[in-house]
Amino acid sequence: MSAQTNTRPATAGTYEPPAEPSAKFTDLLAAEWIKLWSLRSIPWFILLSALATIGVNANAARSARADWPSWTPDHQAYYVRYGALPDAFTRPAAAWVLLAMGAVGAIAILSEQTSGLLRTTFGAVPARREVIASKVVVISAVAAGFGVLVVAVSFWLDEAILAGKYGGVSIGHPGALRLVAASALLAPVGALVGLALGAVIRHSVATMVTLFLLAFILPTTINDNTHLSAVITNALPFRAWTRLILQSTINGQPFPSTIGGAWTVYAVWTAVAVSLALAIVPKRDQ
Amino acid sequence: MIEVSNLTKRYGRTIAVNDLSFIVRSGHVTGFLGPNGAGKSTTLRMILGLHAPSSGTATVDGCECRSRRRGLRRVGALLDAGDMHGGRTAHNHLRFLARSNAIPRSRVDHVLREVGLTAAANRRIGDFSLGMRQRLGIAAALLGDPPTLLFDEPLNGLDPEGVLFVRGLLKRLATEGRTVFVSSHLMAEMEHTADRLIVVGRGALLADETVAEFAARGSRHSVEVRTDDPTTLVAALTAEGAQVTQAPDGLLTVTAVEAVRIAKIAAARGVLVHELTTRTGSLEQAFMELTGSSVEYATGEGA
Repeated sequence: MSAQTNTRPATAGTYEPPAEPSAKFTDLLAAEWIKLWSLRSIPWFILLSALATIGVNANAARSARADWPSWTPDHQAYYVRYGALPDAFTRPAAAWVLLAMGAVGAIAILSEQTSGLLRTTFGAVPARREVIASKVVVISAVAAGFGVLVVAVSFWLDEAILAGKYGGVSIGHPGALRLVAASALLAPVGALVGLALGAVIRHSVATMVTLFLLAFILPTTINDNTHLSAVITNALPFRAWTRLILQSTINGQPFPSTIGGAWTVYAVWTAVAVSLALAIVPKRDQ
Repeated sequence: MIEVSNLTKRYGRTIAVNDLSFIVRSGHVTGFLGPNGAGKSTTLRMILGLHAPSSGTATVDGCECRSRRRGLRRVGALLDAGDMHGGRTAHNHLRFLARSNAIPRSRVDHVLREVGLTAAANRRIGDFSLGMRQRLGIAAALLGDPPTLLFDEPLNGLDPEGVLFVRGLLKRLATEGRTVFVSSHLMAEMEHTADRLIVVGRGALLADETVAEFAARGSRHSVEVRTDDPTTLVAALTAEGAQVTQAPDGLLTVTAVEAVRIAKIAAARGVLVHELTTRTGSLEQAFMELTGSSVEYATGEGA
């Protein structure tokens, strides 16, 4: 019943395509780069997020300087010792970086899954793991670039505002480099968590709500008085960041986290996010 | 060449494609016909490697699509005109696809020109009509200049000029020696486009033959006869084994006897015949007869 009963023979020989160039991972990186920046909202969102983050941090330093004359000498001394360095990258700025980059990571995968573009992508590139891997690389690189830029500008600007008697420090100050690294890395960690959440949840609103819970709600609502709740809060990326920016050891907490533990939290979230995205998306029927 | 053998796809207890086997050869436009829900899209997705078959295989030029690292130079496909992001421009949509497969950038402008979208290249896809998206999807399929092309309902949403364009394109691609596989649920579309037909219903193969063979299979030849003495002629024809029905206006419809034979019988009886027309059933009719019992979403009670 197959095609042996042709009444009309082929009018031409079979078309032979020219030899294919070898498949290169860098082609996929370039494709993902084009994909990301050709969505008009992405460059604007990243630019506005950077300005907002830098603005929030600069405002913290500015208001400390403005309030300085009204503080007691004790308060002033305390700020010089414990307040001037952390004001280079404030808590709201860190939470915003986590959320904003999480959103960028989520959009990178959701914009393909919810529009059906992923079918087109996987039709063009059947090596699905390579596609997801290239997405992971491009998104992490863009987020890391964003993190480094925003943190470097904030640090330089804020510590310049606070230079002199207000306690502004240089990058060589103990703990300063760790604060800069921890804050900058929060961006790629957030982006990859967003990517993984988008890949698993496949629904835009639910993904954003989950990201919001992770970045804002959970870190501030769970107490850490019991062992279990302390383990949960210490395992959150935002709480890991708050530990990494502390210059001294923690007193008065029953189950304090450690610096090494906090870096491990960053690493584990990253590893789990990448593994999830690589394991789940290629397996699905498109 | 596309080879589908014993292909089956189950979703839970639903069987979308059931032990389907066929071959699509190069140099022809092969139509893939079936009512809605017959499993056409699922089959195309399995051929392209987007869906994993529950059992069986689907290969293109002897190779399963999902085992290739890059696809556009081997198989071009338009599955759903919606499979693109509305926020990008047409040009950027094709640009990243081309880049992923190391296709030169000049091909983007070339295929945009080919489908008539040059003027709209820098407009957002979100502002496109269905017909324009359809054209862009076709441009994406052509991007890698592939020897095999799959089109799922490519005429949806196209204006008459677009329909003519796509028909001409499909024929040209086949003439160039490519394998062209086009699904449709409308027989009338395929009548003017395809050389061969693969017909499915409820996920199973119903027919695999040329358009001419298909038309002959389902159609009941009939001859319409007008005469000034129907009574005599009906009696004579019935005696010859013909089935005759008579319309209120006197028109006789005769089956099982050819027109020449009817003329001879009439002449032998001395009956005057005014009109003698052979009616061959349309492809549409053949398609309806063949798929009538396999319609997944039938209207009314009879299916």
